[in-house]
Amino acid sequence: MNRFRDFLNRSLRQYGMIIALVAIMIFFGFMTGGRLIWPRNISALIRQNAYVLILAIGMMFCILTGGNVDLSVGSLVALVSAMSGLTLARLGLPSWLAIILSLLTGLLSGIWQGFWIAYVKVPPFIATLSGMLIFRGINNIILDGQTLPLSGLYVTVGTGSVPDIIPNTVPDFLRIGDLLQLQNKPEYLNATMLVTGLILSVIYVIVVIFSRQSKKRLGYEVQPLRLVIAKVIAFFIAINLFSYWLAMDDGLPIMLILLVVLYGIYNFIANRTVLGRHIYAMGGNIKAAELSGVNTRKIMFLVYSNMGLLAGVAGIVTAGRLMAASPNVGVSFELDAIGACFIGGASAYGGVGTIWGAVIGAFIMGVMNNGMSIMGLDVFLQSVAKGMVVLLAVAFDMYSKSKSRLG
Amino acid sequence: MSEYILVMKNITKEFPGVVALSDVTFKVRKGEIHALVGENGAGKSTLMNVLSGIYPYGTYSGEIIFKGAECRFRNIRDSEAAGIAIIHQELALNPFMTIAENIFLGNERARNGVINWDETNREAAGLMKRVGLNEKHTTQVKNIGVGKQQLVEIAKALGKNCELLILDEPTAALNDDDSDHLLRLLQTLNREHGLTCILISHKLHEVIKIAHSITVLRDGKTIETLDNSVPVSENRIIRGMVGRELTDRFPKRTPKIGDVGFEIRDWVVYDPLDEERIIIDHVNLYVRKGEIVGLAGLMGAGRTELAMSVFGRAYGKKISGTLIKDGKEITLHNISQAIENGIAYVTEDRKTAGLIHIQDIKRNITLANLKAITNRYVINEDEEILIGKDYRDRFNIKSTSVFQKVGNLSGGNQQKVVLSKWIFAAPDVLILDEPTRGIDVGAKYEIYKIILQLADAGKCIIMISSELPEILGITDRLYIINEGRVVGEMKTSEATQEEIMSIIIRSSAGR
Repeated sequence: MNRFRDFLNRSLRQYGMIIALVAIMIFFGFMTGGRLIWPRNISALIRQNAYVLILAIGMMFCILTGGNVDLSVGSLVALVSAMSGLTLARLGLPSWLAIILSLLTGLLSGIWQGFWIAYVKVPPFIATLSGMLIFRGINNIILDGQTLPLSGLYVTVGTGSVPDIIPNTVPDFLRIGDLLQLQNKPEYLNATMLVTGLILSVIYVIVVIFSRQSKKRLGYEVQPLRLVIAKVIAFFIAINLFSYWLAMDDGLPIMLILLVVLYGIYNFIANRTVLGRHIYAMGGNIKAAELSGVNTRKIMFLVYSNMGLLAGVAGIVTAGRLMAASPNVGVSFELDAIGACFIGGASAYGGVGTIWGAVIGAFIMGVMNNGMSIMGLDVFLQSVAKGMVVLLAVAFDMYSKSKSRLG
Repeated sequence: MSEYILVMKNITKEFPGVVALSDVTFKVRKGEIHALVGENGAGKSTLMNVLSGIYPYGTYSGEIIFKGAECRFRNIRDSEAAGIAIIHQELALNPFMTIAENIFLGNERARNGVINWDETNREAAGLMKRVGLNEKHTTQVKNIGVGKQQLVEIAKALGKNCELLILDEPTAALNDDDSDHLLRLLQTLNREHGLTCILISHKLHEVIKIAHSITVLRDGKTIETLDNSVPVSENRIIRGMVGRELTDRFPKRTPKIGDVGFEIRDWVVYDPLDEERIIIDHVNLYVRKGEIVGLAGLMGAGRTELAMSVFGRAYGKKISGTLIKDGKEITLHNISQAIENGIAYVTEDRKTAGLIHIQDIKRNITLANLKAITNRYVINEDEEILIGKDYRDRFNIKSTSVFQKVGNLSGGNQQKVVLSKWIFAAPDVLILDEPTRGIDVGAKYEIYKIILQLADAGKCIIMISSELPEILGITDRLYIINEGRVVGEMKTSEATQEEIMSIIIRSSAGR
């Protein structure tokens, strides 16, 4: 009994966030009469909430350095969208050039803030609070209250999918949608999506097997075989189920590719690079990190510059989905991102948190956003609900920490 | 002196995977000074945390009887209300508040939440007099030294009318003068006011000097309670603590000393806060390969400042002078340059500057030399595990695995992790700042062995220590530092404690 409880405790801590995400999905799936998990809605959920995920990834690094946040990202999203309007709609530049210039705007804004924070030692809260005002102001100056239409690559990134290049010859037995008698029955299955999902899942299995074998050969520790097999099967099924789901709608959203790539890059930086280690070390104990040769100023500079760049990406994605540059876009995006990080298990004191956690936190935020909208819940009530979830997530974290504290 | 004021009976306290206290019985007589000794991790602090309600009733098993009544403390307030006060090793003072405010923090002289400043100040002055604290009650705590801060803590406890005062390593951070003063104060309070004290200390000579009885804990169990009315010997206590007689407190070796490996010339450093104030005044010293050089001196003599300013300017302003390593001059602008040039500094402040407590053993060990396990910007985490295991085995770091967070290790094992970190950085010059502070006898011996191994591997070792027996026990040569200057140099084999102290005192008087 005791061992079982021990096991339960450990797996709860390890997979607690995924369990929470699934529970919230089931809850809203139930409350919306299944509409939340319709394929159409899942791809909409990804597109509508991509900004949270992109910003949360950058925000996680800020928080890791020592519980610091960036309050300016919402305004920066607005500024980047205004830059897009300026370059594309007003100046008539090609959309690829407009995107590059907009990204550059984000990066430069991040560098601007990073400079004040890292080298002048302005506390991040204050530096980014001022950024919040400055960037929003510039947005309004550029747009002058107008909304400018966007087109071209912006719309592709914001709303597009990978075209179905494989002729549609999906066998009947795969059309489970018909069998389940979904209300908005998908007409066809996107074969490209199905094949992509299958290839990715096979690659995943091969990579896991090979890396385990090479680890064994080199004398490193490996996880027990049964656990690995269970994990591989679970992932294999999950990936294919997910791709099947998206195939019932319009296939692979370009946005999803972007998200996966960003996750891959930043997860790699956090876990496998010296820079990532130094960020965690700094958040854990800044004095000890400095005495071990960690250049904490440089890290602050890089982390906030990167946050600017990612806010640029989020700005482009948001503007593309709305197909417009507007003066009041991005309001309170920073709070969504910060909330996602804390829901995802970041410590408010820094040094603890994962990119994976930020992603899950962002999805929880997204499911709540979508679920409550579908339910037709009042916007203000939605805000109350989100606030409560962030509070409870951190409270639960504190509680479980105090339970597991060693003397 | 016969009646027991405190009886802790059959106390057992478990943490996930560890039994910290197993069936411990601990009795304190009214009006005595009772010392509690044991190696780090023996369970002293845990026992006191149980007593003071930090681990509330129900999280341990056993009985606490204080003044004849059974106590079930739910928190510190409960135990304080009963008359038990605890002073932790890390002082719990607010540096930006005045002495008087600190004394009554949490115990304000107030009516309906409004503070009565007259009463506060008057009573504070009275308490300060009782503990012999000669400062204005309006002085901010950050402006007084650690020794005086310790007195503020005692005054704070007395302000709560405590009958049983627990002191956890009160002299660990104090110099000899302040320690003496504190111990005498405890004796006075004990004799004149009948205050019962529990004293946790690693400094056995202090324990023998002032305690009436001594209880020894080992591995979470009570070993024995010794009557110290006729002073017992240090070796007698050590036998109880480690379960064997420690015949040699310092390991033996025959030094193999080579050429000069590291030299500091004309080193001058100014205070970072006050750039007019000179902290290190034209210091010259050298270390040969395979040699252990001690830096002796009082606390505040500038030894730490010297070491840190050499270590990539981690301390100080307007630094000038020359560093010569293997006959070549080196310039170090920052810490990572110092590490790259083969210099390591093991901080005296293990808790706040040596380790990252929320990270595990292996990550702490590799932090200063991630390059060694990095291939084209990518860290090889598998190799990191192997390295962690290697050091864990070599230095006998007591832990469940290399994945254990260092915050959960005992002081001695934490220090072994810090040393592992710097040894993994593969330095040629190691500066060790108080490497055995707050560590028990058994672990000290292990740390000494590691230091000697490093010297035998041809490293240059500079060791700062405030414990003269330790300097005399393991160094080959020593410098005496006072007020930022080198005031003496001698071979350790020709040095005595008395001689070193008299050089320090004469050099202070000569200024």
